[in-house]
Amino acid sequence: MLANFQNQFASLTVGGLSLGFIYVLIALGYTMVYGVLRMINFANSEVFMYGTFASIIVIRDVFNFTQQSEPATGFRLAYILFFCLIGSMLMSGLLSVFLELVAYRRLRNKGSNKLAPLISAIGMSIVLAEFMRILTDSRYVGSPRVMEKKVLGSFFGAELRIDNVIIVVSGLILFVGLSQFVDKTRLGKAIRAVSMNEDAAKLMGVNLNFVVSGTFLVGGLMTGAAGFFYILKYENTSFNIGFELGIAAFTAAILGGIGNIKGAFYGGLALGLLETYASFFLGTQWKAVTVFLVLVVVLYFRPNGVFGEAITQTRA
Amino acid sequence: MFNLRDWGADIWERSSRPIRVLIALGAIAVAASLPLLGGTFLNTPVADYGSVLVFPVAIFVIMALGLNIVIGKSGLLDLGYVAFFAIGAYTMGLLGTKTSLNSWEILPIGIAMAMFAGLILGVPALRLRGDYLAIITLGFGEIVRITALNLNSIGGTNGIVGIPTPPTIFGLEYTFDNHRLYFWTFLIIILLTIWMIRRLSIRRSGRAWESIRQDEDAAELMGVPTFRYKIWAFVLGASVGGAAGVLYASKTLFISPDNFTLQVSILILACVVFGGMGNIWGVILGAIILGYLPDRIRFLSDARLLVFGAVLVIMMNLRPDGILPRKKREKALPDKSQHE
Repeated sequence: MLANFQNQFASLTVGGLSLGFIYVLIALGYTMVYGVLRMINFANSEVFMYGTFASIIVIRDVFNFTQQSEPATGFRLAYILFFCLIGSMLMSGLLSVFLELVAYRRLRNKGSNKLAPLISAIGMSIVLAEFMRILTDSRYVGSPRVMEKKVLGSFFGAELRIDNVIIVVSGLILFVGLSQFVDKTRLGKAIRAVSMNEDAAKLMGVNLNFVVSGTFLVGGLMTGAAGFFYILKYENTSFNIGFELGIAAFTAAILGGIGNIKGAFYGGLALGLLETYASFFLGTQWKAVTVFLVLVVVLYFRPNGVFGEAITQTRA
Repeated sequence: MFNLRDWGADIWERSSRPIRVLIALGAIAVAASLPLLGGTFLNTPVADYGSVLVFPVAIFVIMALGLNIVIGKSGLLDLGYVAFFAIGAYTMGLLGTKTSLNSWEILPIGIAMAMFAGLILGVPALRLRGDYLAIITLGFGEIVRITALNLNSIGGTNGIVGIPTPPTIFGLEYTFDNHRLYFWTFLIIILLTIWMIRRLSIRRSGRAWESIRQDEDAAELMGVPTFRYKIWAFVLGASVGGAAGVLYASKTLFISPDNFTLQVSILILACVVFGGMGNIWGVILGAIILGYLPDRIRFLSDARLLVFGAVLVIMMNLRPDGILPRKKREKALPDKSQHE
């Protein structure tokens, strides 16, 4: 088995990295909101699920692909993929803003206890998932194939499949873009200020509601991009995929240290790789157990996650 | 706004002892007569009303009471409460089918197993705070479920079938469809649980939990051994969950890992917050409503869960502290953990 693992190591790593980038982007959705509100956004998994559907809608209804269509190539392919990405990001971003308005805003402005928004977000997540279940008749929805999954070449014996390459490269671009946004722009600065000290930020004239909406928008955009990558990699979706990926991505955010963008990045990649290797050795049915056991061990030795800030003082 | 909880507490505090006994007996009588109200508007459209009262309603009430010790009393966010329920149910399933022990003998064993699991999880997990604790407990719940799913020696995906019913006592036979008898049995367990929680929360441990919930650092500085009391709350909550699991398995007679998903933990958490965290009566009311509602609105068929989710959102927005919030006295101190 070990020899086999050595042979496959490079390929597994590439697959794990592309899964990892999907986790990174969803984890960014959790971590951005957590950084500002100190709350788990339970409905982010549903935001992701709607992102996957948006991609399928763009492929099927905007570009009129069917299961029999020829896969696109060249410039047209790039054009289609770009519009899918934009469609998914917009869908998820706007849904995320809507979610904040319905489930969080009123409670936050009232200064309620911390669990009430959690339950209302859980309620919203049930509503969104059930709505999609009714729309899709509880079925899996497959995406027409927009591109042939060619192997571009090999790198240290790893097969570089085109979808994995696209995910890794554009995931990296999105992540760098987000860090630049948070570091350099005015809104990014406001987000950092609120996450450091909400009261002080308000005194300095930060419009809290605007910043919170902005945070949900940016987090939703990232989560939506993950939805598009998921469709690119797996080519099907259903109303209940959000749950499993959401939990995994949230674990990734915790692993890296929640509330910290860099933490989501390393946590997501580590989790993607870990899951892929664990599935290879123990079989896919044990991967979730491995992931959670690693999480328990990491948190035991580093209670703030690997890159966590001093968050021990924050309580539920 | 009219506060039902304070109104009720007022009546209770102004009454003399004999009147209190009367009120308590009256409440028990009302609860005990619930299964007799079949055929009224309470009837559920599809499922049998009597059976809905036993599961989910009575089981939810027991679990919500247990989770309330952890979340409501001591403020620890536990998202994997279903694990203890599963451990209780699997203890009943395995011992019930493989040994000659009966439900009443297995009940303490199941409780002990759940408490032991609570201890094992609690010792590393309770060093963490807040949302880290939430994700660790959530992970624990999933680990228990996936392990049950993958281990064929304990039934695997098929679960355990043919779990025996409780033995006949006092000439009362527990047959599969004798829902009333099950309900009354569970009612006794519920009353015992309420009694236990009330005894504990007026004593030292209750005050310790309250101080931990309000400000853990201050509690620690005042000499409250916070870690020990957090473990105690956790283990006690686990014991109630384990008991609910044993009872559940001896009622449904069939369990499978699908019965113990994260959704159950979330639903029980919703019962606690929806009803009114920290207040036993609110929690019971929340569990009754959220247990009963999905079956009552079955006529909506497909949109049933959609409406359920919408009710959660609307209710939390209108009454963030739940239907019956905890006493004002307990809310008097500005609560750092709740208003960050």
